[in-house]
Amino acid sequence: MADTRPRWQPVLLGVVGLALVVALPSLVSPFRLNLLGRYLSLAIVALGIDLIWGYTGLLSLGQGIFFALGGYGAAMYLQLNCHSCSRAAGGLPEFFGLYGVQQLPWFWEPFHSPWFTLVAIWLVPAVVAGLLGFLVFRNRIKGVYFSILTQAALLVFFNFFNGQQKLINGTNGLKTDLTRLLGQMVGSDAMQRNLFWLTALLALLAWLLCRQLVRGRFGHALLAIRDDEARLRCLGYNPTPFKTMVFALAGGLAGISGALYTVQSGIVSPQFMAAPFSIEMVIWVAVGGRGTLWGAMAGALVINMAKSLVSEAWPQTWLFIQGGLFLLVVTTLQGGVVGWWQEGGPRQLLARLGRRPRLSTYPALELGTRQEGEN
Amino acid sequence: MSLLLESLFNGAAIGSVLLIAALGLAIVFGLMGVINLAHGELMMLGAYTTYVVQSFFKLPLLEPLFGAYIFVAVAVAFLVGGLVGLLLERSVIRRLYGRPLETLLATWGVSLILQQFVRTVPLAWSTGLWLAAMVGLVGPLVMNRLWGPGQRPWLLRLGNWVVAVAVGVATAGWIRGAMPKLARASARNVDVTAPRWLRGGLDLGDWTLPIPRLMIIGLTILAVLAVYWFLNRSLWGLRIRAVTQNRAMSDCLGIPTQTVDALTFAVGSGLAGVAGVAVSLLGSVGPNVGGDYIVGCFMVVVLGGVGNLWGAVVASAGIGVLTDVIGAGRLLEIWPQMPAWLQQGVEFFATTSMARVLIFALIVLVLQVRPAGLFPQRGRMAEV
Repeated sequence: MADTRPRWQPVLLGVVGLALVVALPSLVSPFRLNLLGRYLSLAIVALGIDLIWGYTGLLSLGQGIFFALGGYGAAMYLQLNCHSCSRAAGGLPEFFGLYGVQQLPWFWEPFHSPWFTLVAIWLVPAVVAGLLGFLVFRNRIKGVYFSILTQAALLVFFNFFNGQQKLINGTNGLKTDLTRLLGQMVGSDAMQRNLFWLTALLALLAWLLCRQLVRGRFGHALLAIRDDEARLRCLGYNPTPFKTMVFALAGGLAGISGALYTVQSGIVSPQFMAAPFSIEMVIWVAVGGRGTLWGAMAGALVINMAKSLVSEAWPQTWLFIQGGLFLLVVTTLQGGVVGWWQEGGPRQLLARLGRRPRLSTYPALELGTRQEGEN
Repeated sequence: MSLLLESLFNGAAIGSVLLIAALGLAIVFGLMGVINLAHGELMMLGAYTTYVVQSFFKLPLLEPLFGAYIFVAVAVAFLVGGLVGLLLERSVIRRLYGRPLETLLATWGVSLILQQFVRTVPLAWSTGLWLAAMVGLVGPLVMNRLWGPGQRPWLLRLGNWVVAVAVGVATAGWIRGAMPKLARASARNVDVTAPRWLRGGLDLGDWTLPIPRLMIIGLTILAVLAVYWFLNRSLWGLRIRAVTQNRAMSDCLGIPTQTVDALTFAVGSGLAGVAGVAVSLLGSVGPNVGGDYIVGCFMVVVLGGVGNLWGAVVASAGIGVLTDVIGAGRLLEIWPQMPAWLQQGVEFFATTSMARVLIFALIVLVLQVRPAGLFPQRGRMAEV
């Protein structure tokens, strides 16, 4: 039966959300706004993880690679175009002077251009993800092997970026907040406010893109891979291109997310590729609700806010809470909070507590539908 | 010639640490299909156990036996790892069989909790807790031995746990008084003092073998032999292999499959504890010590072929030798006149972290040719 009720709920939600995003900078302090902007950018990487894990069943523990690659892209552009920063010999960014580097490494050159940078922050991670994915998926490596390999790849990238002082300043990372962008310091409050709005806009666009994808034939193929890959293969589809494509897409989203996160936190460092951070990303999606785009984004926002609030109040307890969340989600709350809500969890909880649910229709009608079902 | 020997020894040293760390994982992952990301943290507990045992042997009463504490530490670390593994299996892992990705996330959660646990709970209390759990679990076994098997009255069972808790609390209190270093929790790393005979090196003419490395190689060989014996020659090993091959049939033939699961996991975790003793000899011990090893362990298991003990041995030896050859730039010593571009390449990878980069790339290449590892399982057991 087609739903003929007016669809005012999503419209209302959209209007309220928009009003909130526009008004938020005048409601909260710049510090909180900056944090919120960062968490919104993390919601974009969560969307990517939801696509590959929630919809396709590939658990990647290495999204930090692509996140950091996007961040490094943005940071390299900002370092090269930082006119107020102190410089090393030859006009190179300052840190090169510390290691006696005379010539800009070749891969830095194109990052002089803003247009190249805007493309590179999503294209480079997407291509890297596509290559890695192709090599892995071609051999039908899946399940936990895929997870382990992505984690190993993460470790490799971490070691590489951590160890190469002469190329990308090693463990110190690249700072971004002293560059002037469109006439304003990146680190200034006004710029951060604009970045918050930009992040909100991009998060919305990313959500729309993902929603469009998962509703179409592509999304059905992804679900089929998750639920029964062998059957899909027997039906004449080759799952490899689908998996490679969705992994590349998630990589690209992670790159955008990383670039936004970097300009809002003021620094990119190899710590973005530390193993715990990438697994944390998975838990945002898991708690929010895998397989629902909404849940993934909300999970990223809420858990990160909870993390900063709890860590401010009781710094010792956050890891216990986080570990507990992992256990809770996999043992009892497999659909995450959104999944639990959609499956009628609140009503079941009330019933368990001894409160009978209020019937919204006549009991006789309920009886009628049940009989219909039995026939 | 001596270059080759040195490379082999260094390779064996690196590989043996990898192997002893991966051994427990090879059992848990290979036989049960369970991804245990808390394996590194079980190693960390083993390393802390070494520290606690060493502190005991610094007391005046046990001081004369200080040289032998390492052997006590191996046994205790096995029991610590095994106990934590047993509790983990009974409480969490058992609900998640057949859902490996969920197990992976759950064990990661456990690893976070364990890390924070050693940061916040003083070692004195942890020791007491462990002792209480041991007494509480061993009590019923003793009663079975004394009076035959069967369910005891509830008063006796309660009494058993009351005694256990009392023993734990008393021990913790005593440790706080006797060993002030263990009385307070800290996130700082601790250092294990090796006994005198374990320090220094063995002189072999022009080059010395560090004794801790030799000790680890010996420990690893012993552990591999013990695991081989346990799996292939003992009754419970037979049961474990039977359950791995066909769970339903084993159940029908009267093998207690749930006990087998718990036992397998506990043995794997106990081996992680033993690996922790080895790790504590190499550097200082901290809450994050396990994280350095976990990915390397998984690489060994995946490269060797899942569920294959000898595969893990070969893979870890190979990774060890390659790490040394690449990381120390040995190709340059063997072939000094190599072309300049190649020389640059070799020098670029001649650090520990860059060697890891190259080795990972090699592993991915090997998996392109042999997706199921070097020694894949054949026949009916092999999953499609």
